[in-house]
Amino acid sequence: MSLTQKLINDGNAAVDEMLVGIMAAHPEHLWRPDNAPRAVVAKNGPRAGKVALVIGGGSGHEPTFLGYVGKGLADAAAIGNVFASPPPQPAVDAAMAASGDAGVLFMYGNYAGDVMNFDMAAELLEMEGIEARTVLTTDDIASAPLDQRQKRRGVAGNVFIFKAAGAAADMMMPLDEVERIARHANDRTFTMGVALSSCSLPQTRKPSFDLPVGEMEIGMGIHGEPGVRRGTLRSANDVADEIMDAILAEMKAPASERVAVLVNSLGATPLMELYILNARIAERLKAAGLVVHKTLVGPYCTSLDMAGASITIMHLDDELQRMIDHPCDCAMFRS
Amino acid sequence: MEFTTGDLKALFGAFSARMAAERDRLCVLDGAIGDADHGIAMEQGMKAAADAAQAAEDTLQDVFNAAAKGFLNAVGASSGPLYATALLRAGKAAGPRGSMPRTELRTVIAAMRDGIVQRGKVEPGQKTMLDAWGPAADAALDGQNADTIIAAARQGAEATRNMVATVGRAARLGERSLGHPDPGSISAAMLVEEICNAMKAA
Repeated sequence: MSLTQKLINDGNAAVDEMLVGIMAAHPEHLWRPDNAPRAVVAKNGPRAGKVALVIGGGSGHEPTFLGYVGKGLADAAAIGNVFASPPPQPAVDAAMAASGDAGVLFMYGNYAGDVMNFDMAAELLEMEGIEARTVLTTDDIASAPLDQRQKRRGVAGNVFIFKAAGAAADMMMPLDEVERIARHANDRTFTMGVALSSCSLPQTRKPSFDLPVGEMEIGMGIHGEPGVRRGTLRSANDVADEIMDAILAEMKAPASERVAVLVNSLGATPLMELYILNARIAERLKAAGLVVHKTLVGPYCTSLDMAGASITIMHLDDELQRMIDHPCDCAMFRS
Repeated sequence: MEFTTGDLKALFGAFSARMAAERDRLCVLDGAIGDADHGIAMEQGMKAAADAAQAAEDTLQDVFNAAAKGFLNAVGASSGPLYATALLRAGKAAGPRGSMPRTELRTVIAAMRDGIVQRGKVEPGQKTMLDAWGPAADAALDGQNADTIIAAARQGAEATRNMVATVGRAARLGERSLGHPDPGSISAAMLVEEICNAMKAA
């Protein structure tokens, strides 16, 4: 099998070389502590008395996670290898660098590896006298039934959920309150995606899975984990309808309530297709009587070079709307 | 015949070489039900473990502890905490001594199983690496010979084909995980085989 074409030097060095490039591009937003090459910290944001929001996970999802480090959003991120949780040390380094002596909130997608590594990091911080709590994101509605919501994985909805928690922390709310808002945001955020082609890892440069031409994988994860089912590739409207049917059925938002929308590319799908999807999404939300308060369209949580898209809807209330509207200034996201 | 710190360093070298050789095969197996990177994590982890073991001094426990830390810091992922905990438990079982009888590698296998259970909070039959480490540890504690322990690990790994994953990344697949072996159990059986080869070297 021929190797996929990538602009890399050495597959094993891809993450570290990317980080060098990111630090060179965003010196006004990001820094790394000495001897902690996989901890990325906001220049402006962490301060005394403020809860430190520390996010993290595997690489390959850029701009998730480190692109959301900045004033008003996350204070630091721990960076893992491609699709692999970081070990405990970068999470400890990130937390120590961002700590304002008001506690640390770890937030990341719900994956077994991340849970084990961040839990070990929290134990290490405890020994340093720093309180660390955890809120897992579980927005992918295709990854487990509603009655097993705690088993679901975290995907693109991270952007809204982290944003809500980051705003609460930036407003100098105490740890209890930041944690409550983070959980509330997660409870009201719903995502589902569809993959049209496989990604390939820089180390192997081979497709991670087979997806024949003319087919799509519905409910695919952001690491190429198989989804809920295979199906024939259908039109943008049909795909948007299937996803919106599933989200609206679970969200059960009464008419006239507000939502935030994220139409996300998994990497290779262009903006044109995302906006075509959004035309239908807007139509469907209007038909349901819902008010679109904010829409984000673009590559926000990717899966390397995978083609496909995900739709996230956050069901707003006054509190979440205030958090989503709070300004943030990150290396790869400003609002 | 004694098993020395030098033998233990050589064993980590064997782990590293084996994982490098099997990397792509393990990635393909993982691609079927996971995210296709298991071979990469095991290759990088065991290389870091072997390098750290090489630099460690004094006792068997020191070498195991250094390898555990090396593995964890190199990969994270889920294999990082699981194998780091397994190797720390193995170090505790081997103890602060310069050598031990080779027959005691059986207790090392059992200790690694215990570490994986402790960190992963897993049970047999959930389609994980425990399904290879478990039968191997049982055979080892039963005093079976090296080949029988290897066979137990392999059969355990093969049996994961008929299991539905209930933990880890593949758990979200439900029935779709049937028919595919768990890549973590396949790599586990390879590691058991390397330990048993060291046991036979007497």
